[in-house]
Amino acid sequence: MPQPLKDARHLVRMAGLFLVAGVGFLVLRSALIPAGFGELGHYRSGALDDNARVEPRFAGRGACAECHDLAPEELAGGAHAAIGCEACHGPLAGHAADPDTEVPPALDTRSLCATCHAAEPAKPGWFPQVVAAEHAGDDACDECHVPHQPGV
Amino acid sequence: MSVDRRELIRTGGKLLVLTTVAARAVEHVMAGTVDAIQRELEAEHWWAMAIDIDKCIGCGGCVRACKTENDVPLEPFYFRTWVERYRVPAVDEEHPHVDSPNGGYDGFPAASQADSEAKSFFVPKLCNHCAHSPCVQVCPVGATFESPDGVVLVDKTYCLGCRYCVQACPYGCRFIDPRTHTVDKCTLCYHRISRGLTTACCEVCPTGARALGDLKDPDDPIHEFLRTNMVHVLKPQMATGAKVYYADLDGSVR
Amino acid sequence: MDSLLAQVDGFMYPNEIELQWSVLIVLYPYITGLVAGAFILASLERVFNVEAVKPTYRLALLTALAFLLVAPLPLQLHLGHPERSFEMYLTPKTDSAMAMFGFVYLWYLMGVLVVEIWLDYRKDIVLKARSSTGPVRLFYRALALGSDDIGPRALEIDDRVGRFVTIVGIPSAFLLHGYVGFIFGSVKANPWWSTPLMPVVFLFSAIVSGIALVMLVYMTVSWLRGRTVDMTCLDTIARYLFYAFLIDFSLEVLDLIHRMYEADESFKSLDFMVKTRYATAGVLTLIGIFAMRWNVVIGGQLFSKSFLGYTVYKMGFATREGMLPAILLMILPFAILWLLIRVLPPWLGEGDRGVVETAEG
Repeated sequence: MPQPLKDARHLVRMAGLFLVAGVGFLVLRSALIPAGFGELGHYRSGALDDNARVEPRFAGRGACAECHDLAPEELAGGAHAAIGCEACHGPLAGHAADPDTEVPPALDTRSLCATCHAAEPAKPGWFPQVVAAEHAGDDACDECHVPHQPGV
Repeated sequence: MSVDRRELIRTGGKLLVLTTVAARAVEHVMAGTVDAIQRELEAEHWWAMAIDIDKCIGCGGCVRACKTENDVPLEPFYFRTWVERYRVPAVDEEHPHVDSPNGGYDGFPAASQADSEAKSFFVPKLCNHCAHSPCVQVCPVGATFESPDGVVLVDKTYCLGCRYCVQACPYGCRFIDPRTHTVDKCTLCYHRISRGLTTACCEVCPTGARALGDLKDPDDPIHEFLRTNMVHVLKPQMATGAKVYYADLDGSVR
Repeated sequence: MDSLLAQVDGFMYPNEIELQWSVLIVLYPYITGLVAGAFILASLERVFNVEAVKPTYRLALLTALAFLLVAPLPLQLHLGHPERSFEMYLTPKTDSAMAMFGFVYLWYLMGVLVVEIWLDYRKDIVLKARSSTGPVRLFYRALALGSDDIGPRALEIDDRVGRFVTIVGIPSAFLLHGYVGFIFGSVKANPWWSTPLMPVVFLFSAIVSGIALVMLVYMTVSWLRGRTVDMTCLDTIARYLFYAFLIDFSLEVLDLIHRMYEADESFKSLDFMVKTRYATAGVLTLIGIFAMRWNVVIGGQLFSKSFLGYTVYKMGFATREGMLPAILLMILPFAILWLLIRVLPPWLGEGDRGVVETAEG
C-alpha cells in the first residue's frame, strides 16, 4: 500500500473538521458549565441555597410566643391547645417582623369555625362536627364558645 | 507476514490511542457526578413526612397555606399539596369515587348522606420525596435533584421546561409554573426546614394529621409513628422509595 | 381554563388536568421515524445490494437529511426555555433516557448522514465546481473541502468508506428511533407507555412510514421532472413496505392482546383508549403511523395515573403548540428537501457512481 493517504486527503480534511468541532465543543463546554455543578451531585449546588433563601410567610408558633404570653396560657389544656396560631389567624410573618404596622385581620367565627367543624361524612368520627344552621341558627360561634378554649 | 504484523501492531496502537482519547472525552463530558450516597450519609437530616389519615378533616388549611407560603398559582391546576376525598363503596374497593375540588383549597362541599354504605375519608397528597425518584432519574440536565438531606428540589434557573419529569412522576406531584415556564413542586418548605421551622402545611394543620419528620434524629416522633401504626406508602409497586408515610391508608387509594 | 375541568371524566390528580405534551411531541417521534425509515431504505441498496431500489437511493438520503434537520424543531418549540436546551450537551445526566438524545442526534446527523451524502456526492460536487464559475464555484469547492481529487483510487476509497458508514448507519438509525421509543417505553409511571415493546414498535412503524414517504417523494419528483416512474423499483419498495407493515401491525396487535389479556389495574382506565386504537391502527400509509404516534403521546396523557378518570385533548390552532405550527413544521422538511435537491440533484451523473464493487478482491 504505497502512500495510503495520497488519495484520501479529502477524508483527512473531513476528519480534521470533526476534530476541530469536537475540541471546540469540549473547550466551550468547560467554559459554560455553571459554577458549583457536580459538587454535591449531578446538579448546581447553588440551587440548594436558591431554594433555602425564600422568605417564610408563616412565622411559626415560636415567633408568636415571643410576644404573646397570654395565648399559650389560654390554650393550655384546651381542645385547640396544639393548633398553630396561624391555622386560624393566617400567615403572620409580616406581623412578627413589624408588629405595629402589620396587624392580623379580625376573624369571622361563623365562617372560620365551619372550615373545620362543618359536618361531612368523610371526616373522622371522633372529630366534633355540626350542621351550623341546625346547631346555632344564625348565631356566631363565639357567642357560646371561646375559640382559644372551646367547650360549652 | 512480518510486514502484516507490523501493520497490525501499528493499527492496534492507533486504535488504542483513539479509544483512550475517546474515553477521556466521554469521561469529561459525563463528569459532574460525585458520590451522592456519601453526601447523604454525611448530611445532618433525612427528611420525611408522616400523615395520619384518621386525623385529616379535609379543611384544606394545608392547601391554602402551601399556596400562600410558596406563591403557587391559584388556578386549580397547580398544587404542591392537595387533598382528595375518597368514598369507597363497601363491596367495590376497586372503584372508589374520588374528588378534589380545587385541590381542597376551598374545603369540601358536604357530600349527600345518601351513600351511607360507602366508607369515606380524606387523603392529603404531596411530593413523596422519593429516595429513588423517577423524576430525578429522567431529568436530562440535572435541573431536578435530591438534596443531601433527602428533599427533591428544582433548580429553576436551569430547568428546560421539557416536562419529562412531570410525565415520570407516578403521583402527579409536578406541574409547569405558567409564569416561569419551569417545573414546580413541593420543596418540603426547604426554606423553612433549613431555618428550623416546620413546613407551612404542618404548621397550620389543626389536627396534627401531617407532621414533618427527620429520620436521622433518634428523638423525632416519626419513629414512634412508624413503629406504632400500620404504615403504607403510595404506589409501593413503583419502588420509588417514597418518604411520605401514611397511617391507616385504605387499599383503594391511588 | 375552566373548560379543562369540564372535560375530565372521573378523577384526575389536579396537576394532571393540563396535558403536558402537545401535538408537537407527536410530530417529533413521527419525524425521526421518517428519517430512520428513509435511511433504512437507502441502505437496502447500498449494503444489501437490492439493485431495484437504486433510483431512490440518493433521494432517500436527502429526504432523511431534510427531515432530520427539522426533527429537533418541534422539541425546541415545545420547551419552556428553548434557550437552555444546550444544557443537554453541557451536563447530560447519564441515567436520563432523554439526555443522550442530543448526542445520538448529532452522531446520526453529522457522523452518518452528512458524511454518507458527502461521500456519495463528492464526485458530482467536484465536477460542479470545475464546470461553474464565480460564487457558485466557490460554494461547491467549499463543499468539496477544497479537494479536486476524483481519480479512480480516491473514488474507490470513498465508496469503501461510504459502505462502512452505511453499515454503521443502520444500527445508528435503529438507535436513533428505538431510542425515541425508549424515552416513552421507560416511563414506569405510565402504563400506556411502559412496555419494552415500545422501541421495537417505534422502529418498525418508522420503517413503514419512512419507506412510504420516500415512495411518495420519488413518485412526485418523477412526475415533476416528466420522467416515467421505474415500476420495478416501486414494486420492490412496495414489497418491503408491506413486510415492514406486517411486522409493525403484528407488534401493535401483540401489545393490545397482551394488555387486554393481562387486564391489570390500569386496564379499566385504558379500556376506552384500546377501542380508539383499534380504529386507527388498521390504516396503512403515513397517516396511520401518525395516528399511532398520536395514540402513544397524547393517548398516554389522557388518563390519570390514579386510573380513576380521563380527559380529552383540545388542540389549539394558531397557538405556539397548536395545529398551525405543527403543519408548518411538516411542510418545512419538504422545503428543505427541495433546496437540497436543487443543490445536490440526485440524478447528477445518473448511473455511474465511480468504481463500484469491482475493486474488492
